[in-house]
Parts: sequence; structure tokens; C-alpha cells
Amino acid sequence: MSRAPLLPVLMLCAIGAIAAATLPFAHVAPNRLLSGIAQRPHPWLFAALWGALAVTAWPRAPRGLAIGCVALVIVALPWCLAHEATTWLAGARATTRVQAGAGFWTMWLAAGLLLLDRLREVGRGWQVVVWVAVTGAVGGYAVAGGFDGIAVVREFHAQHDAFVEALFTHLRLCVLTLSLALLIGAPLGLRTWRTRRGEGVLLGVLAFLQTVPSLALFALLIGPFAWIATRWPVLGAWGFGGTGAAPAVFALVLYALLPVVRYTIGGLEAVPADARDAARGLGMSRWQVLVRVQLPLGWPVLLAGLRIVAVQTIGLAAVAALIGAGGLGRFVFLGIGQGATDMVLLGTLAIIGLALLVDLLFQGVLALTERRA
Amino acid sequence: MIVFEHIRKEFGGRTVIDDVSLRVEEGEFFVLVGPSGSGKSTLLRMVNRLVTPDGGTVRVDGTDIATLSVEPLRRGIGYAIQSVGLFPHRTVGDNIATVPRLLGWTKAAIDERVEALLGLLHLDEPGMASRYPRTLSGGQQQRVGVARALAARPRIVLMDEPFGALDPLTRESLQVSLKAIQRETKTTILFVTHDMDEAFGLGDRVGLMLGGRLVQTGTPTELIRAPVDDVVREFVGGARARLRELALHPVAERVRPGDTCDGEPVDAAASLQDALGAMLSQGRDRLPVMRDGRRVGTIALSDMVERAP
Repeated sequence: MSRAPLLPVLMLCAIGAIAAATLPFAHVAPNRLLSGIAQRPHPWLFAALWGALAVTAWPRAPRGLAIGCVALVIVALPWCLAHEATTWLAGARATTRVQAGAGFWTMWLAAGLLLLDRLREVGRGWQVVVWVAVTGAVGGYAVAGGFDGIAVVREFHAQHDAFVEALFTHLRLCVLTLSLALLIGAPLGLRTWRTRRGEGVLLGVLAFLQTVPSLALFALLIGPFAWIATRWPVLGAWGFGGTGAAPAVFALVLYALLPVVRYTIGGLEAVPADARDAARGLGMSRWQVLVRVQLPLGWPVLLAGLRIVAVQTIGLAAVAALIGAGGLGRFVFLGIGQGATDMVLLGTLAIIGLALLVDLLFQGVLALTERRA
Repeated sequence: MIVFEHIRKEFGGRTVIDDVSLRVEEGEFFVLVGPSGSGKSTLLRMVNRLVTPDGGTVRVDGTDIATLSVEPLRRGIGYAIQSVGLFPHRTVGDNIATVPRLLGWTKAAIDERVEALLGLLHLDEPGMASRYPRTLSGGQQQRVGVARALAARPRIVLMDEPFGALDPLTRESLQVSLKAIQRETKTTILFVTHDMDEAFGLGDRVGLMLGGRLVQTGTPTELIRAPVDDVVREFVGGARARLRELALHPVAERVRPGDTCDGEPVDAAASLQDALGAMLSQGRDRLPVMRDGRRVGTIALSDMVERAP
């Protein structure tokens, strides 16, 4: 909770100011496929704002004021975009779209990082309060329809049902992958750790799998899975085939195995050897040692691994849309195919949001377990 | 009763235990002593089958333990180790209750037993049962380790250098506690240490191990007075071994009743070693002896020496 160094703050402010002065804040396009005309409303006002933010970095400025200003900027930027959008859209054709530009995204990102940096100076409680306030303000404005003029929100409304379905498909793919990876990887890690043999070989093979590009792996699986489906029609009847969820989950599990196995071994190694020796010597069976001693003591390491696997899988699952597994990646690839940037953005933002949310969830659970320990 | 019959063990082609036979009697405090690598811990760990012998038989109460199923055997034998090995995620109470829980005792019986053990091992500070191991001092942790080993009233307890990592004062106070508990409960204890003083102070009988062989077993006095060879003689301390022996005998054995003299008195229950120390520090060769607060006689420097016949 000491004062953060000055340099990152000043750098972020400089980036924000440059983005304000040089990059387009928004694009106004006649329809969703054509690229729009760059708009840069009040560039000097924004640049001056960043200058003001830089001043709050002065070491003797009140901490609350500094944090409040950054939080305000994070809320004000999208609000400003929405406000400008209504003026640009007034009297324009119904197909006209207002897209957030590089300037907006850069400034928003810089402000977000700045807030993250400033919040390191305060306690966990205040951090949560500030983030809830900021996301609440932006989210509340969004729910109230404040951003309905922005292209990506329009895209969301247009695709609403498909979006919800894709979101759930995405989640289903990830949950299934995580469960299977844990179900296969944890016993595999346990066995490798117990026998102390084959660790190098197993981790080597799994690490090699990680180097296969996901796109290539998905493509390579189409053949074998299609063959399996024709060979055993029962499986085919269950929706098992060269494309779809089955090969997607298979590939995602292959990618997830390395971290799961590695963190399982890491978790087991985190258990003090003397506690294990005592547990065995006092008459616990292998299973009891596992459940009563090794699992509770190795759990934080395994959980940290699962957090990485979860975030990685959410990102990778986007590619699975290419072989017809559905999910949020569908919007990305459909959008690219149609040249509809807003659709790509919709899918991307949803994937990023989901990954952040899951990451936050795991952090919360980790913090809880650590407090108990 | 623990019986080792012609035990042999090799690790990677190196013989670590070479034809060891030993009988530890019911209710006996038996100490295996020897330098590190002499095979004493390995021998101890064979009793609860953490190590399997390559040859020979280990019998507990007459039964070859290789024929028993391993978990019930271990639950019936207490086990304490130098690194303590408390479960860091469990409270002191839960740690002590480990074996009773495994044996399916009722909650009331477990709570009562934990309470009793905390008292027995001088851990009866308020709130001790619900503290976590890392909040305890090293000595307290080892007391919990001993309590855990004794929890299910095992008739045999194995202790592998349990006090090795403690400071001398804490170690001594734990030795006193353990010896008292052992006398009270008549538990058979097999104890491993590399510290001669600890071995002679605790053991009814001591077995000296060197290079995987049990070179001599006997009472502390036997080992000091009648070492089988020069190696044993040197190991028990050569001429200085007799200084160790002084620690084994109480002042009461040599007191001259009725006499009186000047000086700070020593207690009749103190060891001859303590009395010698008191003489050296007071600069006297004679000290009065007290029992229950009354002067009962004197002890002189010459009383320390048993003259050759």
C-alpha cells in the first residue's frame, strides 16, 4: 500500500494524451459493412484531461482525489462516446453506425491500467468498492440503453438470441473441457508423481502438443473423428463426428492437460514430506492421505493451475467455432467472413469479458482458501 | 513386545542393516543409539512397515507383522518423528485426534482424550486445542507430536529422534515428561537417537548400532562399565563415560545419613552429576543433602568414586 512509482502513471497519461490528439475517437459509417469516417471530437479537451490526470500523480496529491479522477474518466469516456453518437445519429439514416475508434479504446485501456495502478495504494476492500462502482456505473448506463447508438451494442441487440446461445455453448465447451482435463490430468499427475517415472516423457509429449497450432490441430482431428463416427454409427447418432463439439473438446482437453498435470505435480510437491510420512505412519490409507492431507495442502497450487487452464480454454474455444463447435468464436469468424467489424468486436469483447470474469472468480476462491489456511 | 529376527536390509546394493536380532520387552523403554547412517531409523521404521526388510522377520506380540494388514497395524502403534510432521491445515486438537478418528472413536471420547493429553504434555494453555501448528514454538509442536503418537493409547510407540531439533532445555523438559508418561502407562517405547546422554537418560536398555550392526545391547550401566570392544568404549565416551554414569544415579544412593556440614544443600533425588556440579560451583568437597525440605545427611566428593576392590 505504498506509493506507486511515478513513471508508469506519467507514461499512461502520455499515451492517453497522444491517443486523444492523434487517433480517431470514433467512426461514423453509413452501414455495418462499409468503413466509416474518422471522428475526433474535442481532441484538445481530452488531451488536457490527460494532462490533469498526470498532475494528480504528484506524490502529495490526495490519494482519494487521484483515484476518483481516474474512475471518473473511465465512466466518462463511454458516456461521451454515447453522447456524441446521439448527435451524429440525429437525422442520419437508420443504417448509420457509430463505432468506437482506436482513440477511444486506447484511452479507455490507459485509464483502466491507470486505475489498476493507483488502486495498489489502497486496501482490498476499497479496490472492490471502486471497481464495483465503475462497472456498476458503466453497466447501469448500458442496461438503461445509454449505449444503444453504438454499433457493437446494436449488433448485440440484433443478434441477441444467437449471442445468448453462443455464450452458453462457449461456457458448456469450457466446463466440459475443464472437467475432462481434471478427470484425466489429475490422476495422471498423481501417478507420475507417485511412481517418479515418466515425468519427463509425459510432460514432454504434453508440451509438444502445446506447440501444435490450435487451428492445425482442429483441422487434423476432422479426419479421424469422421472415421470414428462412420465406423460406429451409434456415436455418430449422438452428434459425434468430424466437426462439432466432440473434436473441439478433444483438442481443448489436449491443450489443457499440460497445465493440469504440471500443477497437480506441483500441488503434490507443495505438501511437506514429513506430514505425509506422519500420515502414513499413523495408519492412513493412501486414499486417506490423498483426501485428508495432500488435497487440502496442495489445493491452492492446483487451483492456481486451474485458473490458468480456464482462461486459456476460454480463449482457445473461440477457434473451435471453425469446426462447427459453436460458441462466441462464431461471431468472430462470421464477422470476418462478412467484413462486419462490429460482429467481430462483439465476439471478442464477450470472450475477453468472460475470461476476466472467470479469472476474477478463481481469484476470489483462491483468496478465500488462503484466508482459511 | 517387539522381536527382530535376523533382519537384513539393502539400499541400492549397500547393506544398511546386517543381521540384526533384538527383543524389546513389554513395557520397556528401549533406545537405539548410533551415528547417522547406522541403520537405527530404518530398523525402527520396519516395525510399522514404512520399510520392508529384505530378510528376517519382525514380530509384534508374537505375530509376524508381514502377515498383518498394514493400516490397522500402524493405527495400533504410536509414531513420532524429528520433523514432527504435524498437519499444518489442522488444529492442534485435530492433529492429536488423528488416530482416534481413524479408529472411529465417538466425538465425546475423542474430546476427552485430547483434553487429557493436552494436560499430560503441559499444553493446557487456554485455546490451545484450536490453534494451528505454525503458531506454536518448536517445543510445543513436538509436545503435540508426542500427544498425537500417544492419542489412541497404543501399547507400542516408535519415536525417531523426536527431540533432536530442540534446544537443550526444552529437550530435557520433554524427556522428563516422556519418561514419566512411560512409567505411568507401561507403554513399550522404541526410541531412536544419536545423543548418548539422551539414550542413557531415557532407556531402560540401550542398543548401540554401528554400520548396520547391533554391536551391544544392555542397560546404560552395562554399556558404560563393560563395553564389548574398544569401538563401543570409545563411542560411549571412553573414560568420560563414567561422568555420564554419574547422571544415572541419585544422590540418595551415596548419602551419609546423620552427618551435617556447611554449604548450599542438594536434593536427594538429584543425580550425582548434579551434586558434583554443585560442589564445583561452590568450591566445596562436601555438601548437605535435603529430602522433603529436611537435612538428611551429607555427600562428599570421595563418595562419587567407587573404589576398586
